[in-house]
Amino acid sequence: MESIIIANADIYIALAVIFGLFMAWGIGANDVANAMGTSVGSGALTFKQAVIIAAVFEFAGAVLAGGEVTKTIRKGIIDVSSLGGTPEILVHGMLASLLAAGVWLLIATRKGWPVSTTHSIVGALVGFGAVCIGMDAVSWDKVGTIAMSWVISPLLAGVISYFLFRSIQSLVINTVDPVANAKKYVPMYIFLVGLVISMVTMVKGLKHVGINLTFNECLGVAVLLGGVLMVIGTLLIRRLTFDPKEDKHFHYTNMEKIFGVLMIFTAMAMAFAHGSNDVANAIGPVAAIVGIVQNAGEIASKSATPIWVLFLGGSGIILGLVTYGHKVIATVGSGITELTPSRGFAATLGAATTVVLASGTGLPISTTHTLVGAVLGVGLARGIGALNVSVIQTIFLSWIVTLPAGATLAVIFYYILAGTLG
Amino acid sequence: MIHKSAITSMFAGSPVHPLQQHMEKVFECTSLLPSFVQALATQTFDEAESIQKQISKLENEADRLKHELRNNLPNSLFMPMPRGQILEIVTIQDTIANKAKDIAGIMMGRKMQIPEPVSQIYTMFLKSSVEAVEQALEAVNELDELVETGFRGGEVNLVLDLITKLNKIEYASDKHEQQIRHALFVIEKDYPSIDMMFLYQIIDWTGELADIAQRVGSRLQLLLAR
Repeated sequence: MESIIIANADIYIALAVIFGLFMAWGIGANDVANAMGTSVGSGALTFKQAVIIAAVFEFAGAVLAGGEVTKTIRKGIIDVSSLGGTPEILVHGMLASLLAAGVWLLIATRKGWPVSTTHSIVGALVGFGAVCIGMDAVSWDKVGTIAMSWVISPLLAGVISYFLFRSIQSLVINTVDPVANAKKYVPMYIFLVGLVISMVTMVKGLKHVGINLTFNECLGVAVLLGGVLMVIGTLLIRRLTFDPKEDKHFHYTNMEKIFGVLMIFTAMAMAFAHGSNDVANAIGPVAAIVGIVQNAGEIASKSATPIWVLFLGGSGIILGLVTYGHKVIATVGSGITELTPSRGFAATLGAATTVVLASGTGLPISTTHTLVGAVLGVGLARGIGALNVSVIQTIFLSWIVTLPAGATLAVIFYYILAGTLG
Repeated sequence: MIHKSAITSMFAGSPVHPLQQHMEKVFECTSLLPSFVQALATQTFDEAESIQKQISKLENEADRLKHELRNNLPNSLFMPMPRGQILEIVTIQDTIANKAKDIAGIMMGRKMQIPEPVSQIYTMFLKSSVEAVEQALEAVNELDELVETGFRGGEVNLVLDLITKLNKIEYASDKHEQQIRHALFVIEKDYPSIDMMFLYQIIDWTGELADIAQRVGSRLQLLLAR
């Protein structure tokens, strides 16, 4: 049995790298645009800045906090215990799932359907496991938890964003001097961004990079990081120029300028969050394949994700972003004129916190759907002029269509691969 | 391959700016009435006619804006103010422009002049009615700030103050209307009755300008109370 793995080792690794890059490219090309769109749309970032921030923080998120979700995709959904003697089935299945999710994303994007990378890969894995190995091979408990998280994550993001926005309302917007209060509170919000994101990352995600910190050490580092960001933010706010004349037509122009600074930091958080959750969709299967091949056929359930695989995912995303995603960011960004930085901040931080939390717990969720929930949360606080709620319908539709589509494609690709390689 | 993403398609155009633009048009249209009446009084009919055409044109533009707003407000929208209220406000705003157009139309057609004894009261009456429309515009112009503040805090009080002032102006316009009816009653027998009939009609409509402007204010107040 081991002979198949050893004989095909190079082909397997090569295919895994190619398919993984393809999938990561797709994520960078499409999904990132959604994550960054609110920042560009609210005018807080130019689109060039958004691309640079996305590149740096997607990568950082993938490498520093992407481990848990990668583990889930790699060995949480399919129970490998029954495959001891035939590891190549899993290799073929993982390759097929990657290809299925990548191809489905490509088709959907061409047709303009809003599908989620997460749903594609989970659908593909479940399809492969249930059909090609057997119903028992799928960890239905885990799949159930993941499905639950798809419902809970937009709700949670909505709740966080709602309260964030209400806090901005009472601390800044609805005060006698919004500009002065914005100068006072925005640095604190920046501190909060740094604290929350780094805290969740360190407590939950750093183990696989070989850093082990106690809770108190984490807290110390997080406070320090938040403080540094706060200082940078304060300096940026000082550099702003305010013109009282600008407030004549719309009384909150100068206040929104200050929130624009805050948006720069939430955009970083969002890119980081997205990197920590969605990159795993591409590299989870790659890690599984690499693990099996390197162990010469042993399906080891303990080995850690090799760091170069995380790098592979990060690079693929940046490649997608640079070659194609910038176009999508431009369209997404210019389409949102109703989102001012104060709202953009509340929505983005709500979503980013939820996603990083899910990443730490190892739950693959959809960043886009989470962001939709966050925006609706701000809308519920009567903060946005008009929201098109029919988008909720398209989200449900994308669940219903994407899961079986990913599953079917994975099964087809599995039999093709098994036929040619096995 | 570029498509609208789920996030982009979430943000529909807010009806606030179109509503404000419409009200601006309505005010622009109404604000021409004093100079129009003046032109008729001095019998410079060419000028009166050109102003009347201008009023008519602005009313048409307001109509177009109204239709655009309605067409861009599908009922799948989630807004901080009920869709029905927005549609109602734009309809009410639009009747102001219609009234202005009707006033100018009839006065032009009949080359109407306000009888000397009441002309001064009428000028004041018309002025306060136009002022009411302007005040309504000012209140409507605060809608974007209301959305920014999430319909909370000091901004709400600011708008409530504007509405209170609007009510006062409407009351003043009402008083002027009573005065002019009184004054006209005394002298009406000295003028052709058909002329008087139409003059009463014009007075009626001039008063309605302020009435309707006040209704715009009341609708705004309903938005705040939600």
